[in-house]
Amino acid sequence: MAGLCELLPGFLCKFPAFSDASIRGARKVIDDGFKSLVRSYVNIIDAMVQPLQWFLNYLERLFVSSPWPIILIAMLAIVYFGSRNIKITIGTAASMCAIGLLGLWNDTMVTLAMVTVCTLIAVIVGIPIGILMARSDRVQAFVNPILDVMQTMPSFVYLIPVVMIFGIGKVPGLIAVVIYAVPPMIRLTNLGIRLVDKEVLEAADAFGSSGWQKLRNVQMPLALPTIMAGINQTIMMSLAMVVVASMVGVGGLGKNVLQAINNQFFTVGFLNGFALVAIAIIFDRTSQAYGKRLQKHSEVIHG
Amino acid sequence: MVSHAIEVRNLYKIFGPRGGDYVDAVKNGLGKAELNQKYGHVLGLRDINISMPAGGIMVVMGLSGSGKSTLIRHINRLIDPTAGEVLYDGVDVCRMSENDLREFRRHKTAMVFQKFALLPHRTVLENTVYGLEIQGVAQAEREKRAKQWIARVGLAGFENHYPNQLSGGMQQRVGLARALTNDADILLMDEAYSALDPLIRVDMQTVLLDLQKELKKTVVFITHDLDEALRLGDKIAILRDGMVVQQGTGQEIVLNPADEYITAFVKEVNRGRVVNVETIMAPLSGNPEGMPIAKGTVLEMAARAMTAANQTLAHVVDEAGRPIGAISLSAIISSMVTPTSHEAKAA
Repeated sequence: MAGLCELLPGFLCKFPAFSDASIRGARKVIDDGFKSLVRSYVNIIDAMVQPLQWFLNYLERLFVSSPWPIILIAMLAIVYFGSRNIKITIGTAASMCAIGLLGLWNDTMVTLAMVTVCTLIAVIVGIPIGILMARSDRVQAFVNPILDVMQTMPSFVYLIPVVMIFGIGKVPGLIAVVIYAVPPMIRLTNLGIRLVDKEVLEAADAFGSSGWQKLRNVQMPLALPTIMAGINQTIMMSLAMVVVASMVGVGGLGKNVLQAINNQFFTVGFLNGFALVAIAIIFDRTSQAYGKRLQKHSEVIHG
Repeated sequence: MVSHAIEVRNLYKIFGPRGGDYVDAVKNGLGKAELNQKYGHVLGLRDINISMPAGGIMVVMGLSGSGKSTLIRHINRLIDPTAGEVLYDGVDVCRMSENDLREFRRHKTAMVFQKFALLPHRTVLENTVYGLEIQGVAQAEREKRAKQWIARVGLAGFENHYPNQLSGGMQQRVGLARALTNDADILLMDEAYSALDPLIRVDMQTVLLDLQKELKKTVVFITHDLDEALRLGDKIAILRDGMVVQQGTGQEIVLNPADEYITAFVKEVNRGRVVNVETIMAPLSGNPEGMPIAKGTVLEMAARAMTAANQTLAHVVDEAGRPIGAISLSAIISSMVTPTSHEAKAA
């Protein structure tokens, strides 16, 4: 096949690319433009993300500086009253004790604070967008490709503009995590509302429900199992992403993992990795059990 | 509360993106099949004119695809018509603003659905208060009213059950209680009993008839079952391919079917339970003979009474007890059997 190229004109053998110089020029223009844009709005951007910074710092301090028994008891209480399952509660107690004994308590608290804030933001942002998508096919057609890009774009790539805009620190990490974790929240809210039984919606209409009443009384409650699955996915993806976000200055377990990679600390890497797994399993089992409990009406069948 | 009649006038519904463009063509005789083949639009309803009696039960009957469910959805405008009007108390429902329509649905109509359409995450009580909740009635008041209706439909003690803990018949009782709690003048029942098994269906028909005796609502009842239509309907309209083939009382339809289609329908009907004695009585000649039978008695009951009394002759009396006609057992029996002309026509 190589011989074929000698017979053909050059542009059929080597893909005719733009010249290096013109690409370099364009790249420079875009990069410089973006940089100057960021520079001129830096104050506004800082002011906008300031509340996030405060909230994150507050929660982190609360988690880290509270005596560990209080945190542990609070956590077990949340797990128990969320899941009403003693096995999950005991599992949580055991894994948190193991984390403490291995000296990872503080790092775990930092990660926990981060994941909590990320999940809250993802839910607050994701559910309204999901509702809008469910109400309008046009919004859905517009948002879906954006979500596709968010989910498939390698996370390292969008860390670049995030760092350019927000600098290094917790907040850019937070934003990167939210971008990564919010698509399932949006998609599953949209899906859940769209799957609500048409007959029940018709009944709500026939009784004269307003749009808001229909959303509150029928669509959201019936979409709740799917929305809960979305929250669950969002938590899992946040936990996965905090490791990557440690590259831009997020502390906690992720930072330890990053250091372990750089220094080939096999044991440290795996211990921190397992700590992340433990938190993930606790979150997952608790939120799933809670979601299931919300559906108690569908379990008792006439018979 | 005074019930009002519902007038449906020149109602057309053509499903499809440009339904309005074909109304004139349909008025000029474009058929359902042709409309579908040539233009890709579906003819749902064609020139419907029905006046539904105030405080009575109007039954709309037809087989699946005849447009009956489409028709009932025009009364509370769950479906917008392509042309025509639906008048209630002088107001055209089809021209109401969104707000007026919502108020109309909240206060004037209530609907019962074939597949119940209950909210699965709410208990029986919470489902039943739904209409009042939407209207903004205070919780204590709406629960008090809902409990009365739950008891009336025979579900007392089940207030805190979830719908899927109940059988189909019980779920539809919840649907009925939910509609009645709304205290609306118009009760729309879209094949409300079609999903129930026969015994429970008869049971629920009795519930409706008993309630209607005192409530006197304007009920629109959709069914594909002629026996149900004859039992419930003060007036019956039969739909076929989106058109009204015949409308009138049950007796009129059974005794004078408009065409072969309806003849085939009424062939299997138990006439003894539909036809009244005054319909077949002969004029009085001389003194009234035999036992008295009240006007409005169906033939089967008359025959049973006469057989029990061992009489072959009787006379029909009106509400005041005055004799108005004569009747014989043989005349009753010959009217109860399906006429051979109908058999031949249907075959």
